[in-house]
Amino acid sequence: MARQILGRIPQLILTLLAVSFLTFMLLSLIPGDPVLSILGTDNITEEMIQQKREELGLNDPLPVRYASWLGDAVRGDFGRSQRTQQPVMDAIKERLPVTVEIGLLALTGALLITIPLGSYTAFRANGIADRVTTTVSFALRSVPGFVLALLMIYIFAVWLRLLPATGWTRLTVDPVRNLRSALMPALVLGLAEVTAYTRVLRSDMIATLQQDFIIMAKAKGLPNWRILFKHALRPSMFSLMTVVGLNIAALVGGALIVETIFALPGIGRLLVDSIYQRDLVMVQGVVLFIASSYVIVNFLVDTLYTVLDPRIRHGRA
Amino acid sequence: MSESLLERSSARSSEHEQLLQVQDLKTYFPTPRGLVKAVDGVSFELERGKTLGIVGESGSGKSVLSRSIMRLLPRKTELHGQVMFDGRDLTNMKQAELRDVWGAEIAMVFQDPMTSLNPVMRIGPQITESIRHHLGVNKAEARETAIALLTSVGIPEPIRRLKEYPHQLSGGMRQRVTIAIALACGPRLLIADEPTTALDVTVQAQILDLLKVQQSERFMGMILVTHDLGVVAGRTDDIAVMYAGKIVEQAPTDELFADVKMPYTEALLQSIPRLSNHSHTRLQSIKGRPPDLVNLPKGCRFAARCPYVQDKCLAEEPPLIPITGKPDHLYRCWFPVGTAAGEAALESNRAAGKIDHEIDPAAAGEIIA
Ligand SMILES: Nc1ncnc2c1ncn2[C@@H]1O[C@H](COP(=O)(O)OP(=O)(O)O)[C@@H](O)[C@H]1O
Ligand SMILES: [Mg+2]
Repeated sequence: MARQILGRIPQLILTLLAVSFLTFMLLSLIPGDPVLSILGTDNITEEMIQQKREELGLNDPLPVRYASWLGDAVRGDFGRSQRTQQPVMDAIKERLPVTVEIGLLALTGALLITIPLGSYTAFRANGIADRVTTTVSFALRSVPGFVLALLMIYIFAVWLRLLPATGWTRLTVDPVRNLRSALMPALVLGLAEVTAYTRVLRSDMIATLQQDFIIMAKAKGLPNWRILFKHALRPSMFSLMTVVGLNIAALVGGALIVETIFALPGIGRLLVDSIYQRDLVMVQGVVLFIASSYVIVNFLVDTLYTVLDPRIRHGRA
Repeated sequence: MSESLLERSSARSSEHEQLLQVQDLKTYFPTPRGLVKAVDGVSFELERGKTLGIVGESGSGKSVLSRSIMRLLPRKTELHGQVMFDGRDLTNMKQAELRDVWGAEIAMVFQDPMTSLNPVMRIGPQITESIRHHLGVNKAEARETAIALLTSVGIPEPIRRLKEYPHQLSGGMRQRVTIAIALACGPRLLIADEPTTALDVTVQAQILDLLKVQQSERFMGMILVTHDLGVVAGRTDDIAVMYAGKIVEQAPTDELFADVKMPYTEALLQSIPRLSNHSHTRLQSIKGRPPDLVNLPKGCRFAARCPYVQDKCLAEEPPLIPITGKPDHLYRCWFPVGTAAGEAALESNRAAGKIDHEIDPAAAGEIIA
């Protein structure tokens, strides 16, 4: 198993290199001179521009610039914000816990709902619960996330006054208030995933439940929950794992919207704000960070397959 | 003294009591095409410690019959008739009651050990889970039982096997594991549905012998389902031959091989691979196909393929009746094999040139030899 994972590391490195190159090119592709956006357009001379270009290394050939930028990035140095002069890495470190917490909460919540729901609707396919779930999922899917978010703010914050409408309390400051401020954003992010996850799990589970070993498990007289969760669930998780992996990107995308609506100081907000402020070094750093995390998470998900399926683990895929 | 005598005699009488009584069992599947009558009025009895072979071509309803007995059927299935197991009617039981019977009192061995074991679960828990569930023993005890079971079904290095996954075992070994699982809680009835069909010829006999040994050691009732009459020869007490959802002939095994009455059984005998055959002679399989279970013919279900067929066979369905003087040999035919009526029917078809393949009368005798 270890060898199979190690064997895929060169591929991982290549992917990361490609990602970093594309991110790097972002700066050159975005219209407008980055130097102008740093210095502003008022009262500047050609001399000042040239001096700044030299300072930023913008006059070097592209490969040289890429190599030195990458060299810094690998060491965790993503440059400094053009606005605040704060190191990009510090800004990311500051904002990351918020996004990760909400993302994990959303993901965990989504899986906690999906696994029983997907299993049960497969077990009683076309039954009442299944049909209700299908209808509700359909309704949920056709409502955009921000509408859902506003609706929730109205219900839980304005009307019931149970949760804060916006803002963030750090986990270290007050865990309870932290959870209260994380709940709605996580729910909005998670609910969108539940509908997709449930459908994927349900259809795989229906296929698994037709298998001989399920009839065999039934013939052993085992209770239904044991058949579903001990026998049928694991072999039905492959597509779900894939979708979860791919959806990590959706969570980040969702974070942009959710963090904006709920005014949360996360990575998504950082990215949105930096784009508005044309803080290109910050944008570049955050994008590189998000893209690399995405690649690495998917790599980890792939290795999870080998845990799920002993046949792959023993090299007999 | 008189008391102990009484006890003994009552013990003996319960010993001979029927373990399983199936009465007019019908299993119909509603499908978009119509009602599939997969099992259509089957009755038989099985004593404790006895073995019944159920034989028929593929599609004749053997698996559906096996699953109907256990009531391991899709939810929308129509099930009629009665299945008395040990004095209790399984057809009336609730799911929860059935679950106490499944695996504990009636166990099943399936056709394909490649697919009937969970591929992502180790062998150990697949055996111990039903022991723990039904017998309520702890983990260590269940493990000991599992090791003993694996040993008794002839698996070398049982302790190592517990930690392995099904794909690490050969087909024969996997079927031994499924047999161990079936035996785990000491069932009184074992239903083996084509337990060797998916296996190499070389291990088929070993598995059948293992089943036979376990069955008699444990004094279980056993139903051995197969499409191959050769498999049941010498291994079962009785045989029921099934065709298109019905029993068409039923008799004690020796009696059946000695005195076949139903042309379908005769045709099945032709399709057994025999040692005396030269390796080049091709196996004769029965011409034609079984009838559509949605639109069944009016008369005898085998008529369309039968070399003895007469007009009466197409018009009227023959009843399942005993041979005069042999109440335990039942058959369902208007022109039975080896009778004057049968010979005349066959002769008239032959004269009319309706038969293009001959049935070899010597075939039946060789099986028992
Ligand atoms: N769930 C089902 N729905 C509809 N038809 C079925 C179902 N299960 C089995 N059948 C049909 O019942 C008939 C008997 O099948 P089966 O008992 O598996 O035959 P055998 O085991 O003798 O080969 C077949 O024609 C099969 O197509
Ligand atoms: Mg079958």
